[in-house]
Amino acid sequence: MTAAPILLAPDDPFADQVLDRASARAFAAEHIAPYGNDFERAGRIPESVLERMSAAGLWAPFLPTEVGGAGLSMVTLGEIHEEVGRACSSVRSLLTVHTMLSWALQRWGTAEQRDRWSSDLAAGRVLGAFCLTEPEAGSDAAGIRTTAEPTGDGFLLNGGKKWITNGQRADLYLVFARFGSSIAAFLVPRRTPGVRVTPIRDIMGTRGSMLAELTFSDVQLGREALLGPSGFTAGMVLTGTLDLGRYSVASGSVGIIQACLDACADYTSRRKVGGAALKDLQLIQAKVSDMVTDARAARLLVAEAGRLKDAGESATIMATWIAKYFASTAAARHASEAVQIHGANGMGSDYPVARYYRDAKVMEIIEGSNEIQRITIAAEAYREMRTT
Amino acid sequence: MSNTVTTQILAFISGRYPQVEITETDNIFQIGFVNSLFAMELVMFIEKTFSVTVPNDELRIENFHSAQSMTELVERLTPATVGV
Repeated sequence: MTAAPILLAPDDPFADQVLDRASARAFAAEHIAPYGNDFERAGRIPESVLERMSAAGLWAPFLPTEVGGAGLSMVTLGEIHEEVGRACSSVRSLLTVHTMLSWALQRWGTAEQRDRWSSDLAAGRVLGAFCLTEPEAGSDAAGIRTTAEPTGDGFLLNGGKKWITNGQRADLYLVFARFGSSIAAFLVPRRTPGVRVTPIRDIMGTRGSMLAELTFSDVQLGREALLGPSGFTAGMVLTGTLDLGRYSVASGSVGIIQACLDACADYTSRRKVGGAALKDLQLIQAKVSDMVTDARAARLLVAEAGRLKDAGESATIMATWIAKYFASTAAARHASEAVQIHGANGMGSDYPVARYYRDAKVMEIIEGSNEIQRITIAAEAYREMRTT
Repeated sequence: MSNTVTTQILAFISGRYPQVEITETDNIFQIGFVNSLFAMELVMFIEKTFSVTVPNDELRIENFHSAQSMTELVERLTPATVGV
């Protein structure tokens, strides 16, 4: 695998900053998209790419400028994650979990916690990961078994997490654990004694996202590790953090649809059957037109969720559920069609569509499976019905 | 201000659960409304509508029992210069 060499130091003022959709698209087209299949084959994102993302300010540009972020809006963040997801879902997945931790720290952290971590997270000097899922508990967050027991001067963490995106590489974990009768979130540096990281390989999709299984054995944490409130309101930390993760996944799913469209438009323009280009066949046109329509519809749903987030409107939570459900199911459907359109070529690694197909399936499962999402969306419909 | 705050909070809850009538002193937890999703929505609504930030140490269950307790929370968090 050969990634483009880094020519600029991370703090170089002339580094190619990503501040909007256009700059994200240019960055992804040059530094990510050409290497997407390579990342997948290697099962990781090269350090050179991670460093270049740091130089571009790509990790947490929504953080305030005081800590080194760019203070970008959620609408813009969604557009950036779409463009990165269009290039490579594994890279976008790293952004997702880093975003979740960074946002949770900004929203729920104490001044001391923010002073300790925010600037490093903004600069990409510290990479974050979100740790909720366990071998026996995924969508059922109440079923987690990892525990945090209070000690005289902090907490003792025991248990394990699975399917942790960027778990192999992240420096700081946001770990959810049972704490008394509720759950609570803890900031756990990777190098804390008792933390063991086991890479997960041979996965179906987002193969470059450096998944890991984490084990916590009598991990001693100080009081400063507890993030946000405990007790009744601890669930809000999880709800809010997952909401942002879902928003990123929805944005990335729009990117997958767009990538499928890009690949299919290109392939069907060049590929001929019986002397005619594939694009002249009406069945192909039907598939492409559905991609165009769903890409636009999903993009609008994500933009709506982003606008509501920027406005601080509580309706953003349901809007994000709906955007993620629509975008991820559409991505899976169109990735399947993209492989179909490419025929046997779609099955191999000379084209990107097999990767899109594998990655799109992941989007229907992570940050709340689509079955859970449909239950939640339907519950909202019934809740709003007036009884007579 | 209190009446206005309470009225807006009740309107928000009624908008989310139009099938249930509640008063300002009804305990919404006992009625069975609250899960983490609604709790998050409540906090976002309060912060947005009344231009306040609810700090972690105010995120206690007793502050969200009822429209009345949420009104008292908003009044505590509202700068005096605004006029309470």
